[in-house]
Amino acid sequence: MSNFLAYTINGLVLGSTYALTAIGYSMVYSILELVNFTHSTIYMVGAYLFYILAVLAGFPLWLAFICTIMLTGFVGIAYERITIRPLRIRKQPKFAMLICTIGTSIVLQNIFFLTMGSETRQYPTLFEGMYIQVLGFNVTVIQIVIIVATAVLLSIFLLFINKTKLGMAMRSCSQDTEATELMGISVDGVISLTFFIGSAHAAVAGVMGCMSYRSVDISIGNAIGTKTFASTVLGGIGALYGGVVGGLLIGLTEVYTAAYIGSNFRNIPAFVILILVLFLKPNGLFGLKQIKKV
Amino acid sequence: MKKKQSLLKWIAIFALIAVMYAVPAFVKNEYVLRVCVYICIYSIMASSLNLISGVCGQVSMGHAAFCGIGAYTSALISLYFGLPWPVCLLLACVMAGVTGVLIGIPALRLQGGYLVICTVGFNELVRLILLNWSSLTRGPMGLTNIARPVLFGIRIKSGYQYLFVALTLFLIVYVLLNNIIRSKFGRNLRAIKEDETAAETMGIRVHREKVIAFALASALAGTAGSMLAHYMVYISPALFIGDYSTTYLSMVVLGGMGNMAGSVVAAMVLTILPEMLRGLDSYRMLIYGLLLILLMLGKTRDWSTTSLARTWTRGKNALLARLRARGKGE
Repeated sequence: MSNFLAYTINGLVLGSTYALTAIGYSMVYSILELVNFTHSTIYMVGAYLFYILAVLAGFPLWLAFICTIMLTGFVGIAYERITIRPLRIRKQPKFAMLICTIGTSIVLQNIFFLTMGSETRQYPTLFEGMYIQVLGFNVTVIQIVIIVATAVLLSIFLLFINKTKLGMAMRSCSQDTEATELMGISVDGVISLTFFIGSAHAAVAGVMGCMSYRSVDISIGNAIGTKTFASTVLGGIGALYGGVVGGLLIGLTEVYTAAYIGSNFRNIPAFVILILVLFLKPNGLFGLKQIKKV
Repeated sequence: MKKKQSLLKWIAIFALIAVMYAVPAFVKNEYVLRVCVYICIYSIMASSLNLISGVCGQVSMGHAAFCGIGAYTSALISLYFGLPWPVCLLLACVMAGVTGVLIGIPALRLQGGYLVICTVGFNELVRLILLNWSSLTRGPMGLTNIARPVLFGIRIKSGYQYLFVALTLFLIVYVLLNNIIRSKFGRNLRAIKEDETAAETMGIRVHREKVIAFALASALAGTAGSMLAHYMVYISPALFIGDYSTTYLSMVVLGGMGNMAGSVVAAMVLTILPEMLRGLDSYRMLIYGLLLILLMLGKTRDWSTTSLARTWTRGKNALLARLRARGKGE
């Protein structure tokens, strides 16, 4: 039983990083109907920027953390400006954008590969070696911090989306971009904001995920990519916060599979869930049903 | 006049084909021949993907998986049963086509982004299966010592012989695809791309046509895979990962959606460019990524929204007009 609880905590930690990353996917998809392949690389970018600032530049961790969030957010804005907006304005087919996001992801990955090398590096972490005992098993403090921080961030995000004017603008963009533009809302601005928020969340996820593993390398973005996809699809890709529930579920499934079936199989359930959801209920758990208009 | 034109056209086409077969015979550089074989194989991949993604508008990012299915089917049959290559090729084609039908039936009910994600997932799943089903596929070590093809009693081994076979295969596929997109079926696919609801109203069985197109594209990808397996003599799951699917899709988008000649030109460009970048070593992928972005952004310019082939058509029309003017002068 205590093992099961330990697995659950691990699953929630993993799921938190998936959930935070998944937000970026679903936000971009709900507004642009674009599968953003750069997003999983942004997770890696965030993790590395924090490493560079905290370890190589020697910033205090809190300052490095804030700077990382801002910088990654601006990376998000920048690549949207440079690669996606020109195509969107000229009404190019979605596939061109899709390939652009893949190109951006290759570029970002290689920039970090060339500057940081491919070796695995030790990651700075908080509360090293500290743990508390709950019901006879140990929970590290960092795990609790991650889960709490995720909960806080997600609550702020939901409040922002549902209660503020900007959030309303975002929701309206996801329903109908043209009508939103006609209401005098700057769609370009909203999309920039969307990429900023999505990238910032991914950065937080990247930093926290690497803190819990205590290591970072170039391939972490690829590793998380398809799983966050699966989370987003499971939650409903068009729904702004569907990915959160999807992320937690995928994280839990992954840890349970690794624990009870075998760690070789830990990567399989995400794909099985992905394919099953797409075939059985493509709109996901919370997605709105698409209505085809003639 | 018209007869003369079409005669000229046919002479030009035959001359072009003759040149394509003859020139490599004088090329002694094995490396150049190798790149040419890859161009043929990638052209098959790109133009078959163009059928489903370009002509029919159903974006698939799992095309490399079908290539992998074809390659492994062909290689395994040849390794375990020692059947001649044409039989392996046929079986690879059938196997990839059948998988295409099985995946296509549920997957093609999905729209846009969902289909993209689904095919990405499928590609990853195929990779994981190839990697983990070690008893059959020997996992990451890959299959080695795949038999070289024997055609009409000749064992294909030199670069030119391979190019001859690959070029022939490519030309067959190209002519086949070009005829398909001009047939009633091809027009149905175009209608589906333009507007599914309207197409359905006109009596086109949208889902069935999509699945047939998907299966055809997959089957052709399977033949490309078989060619690849028996050319490389060694295959591993790394050859069929999602990155390759991305490359094939870039070829289709770069060449112009639904434009077969464009796909072939784009396949050439995207095969030769990375080869030229080889000298740059570790900067290679960085520059490849930048090129991918620039090519897509470049497409927004007017000369190129019209895609590579429109420029070609424009040039051709100008030439024909000049010919016509001369004809009148006589």
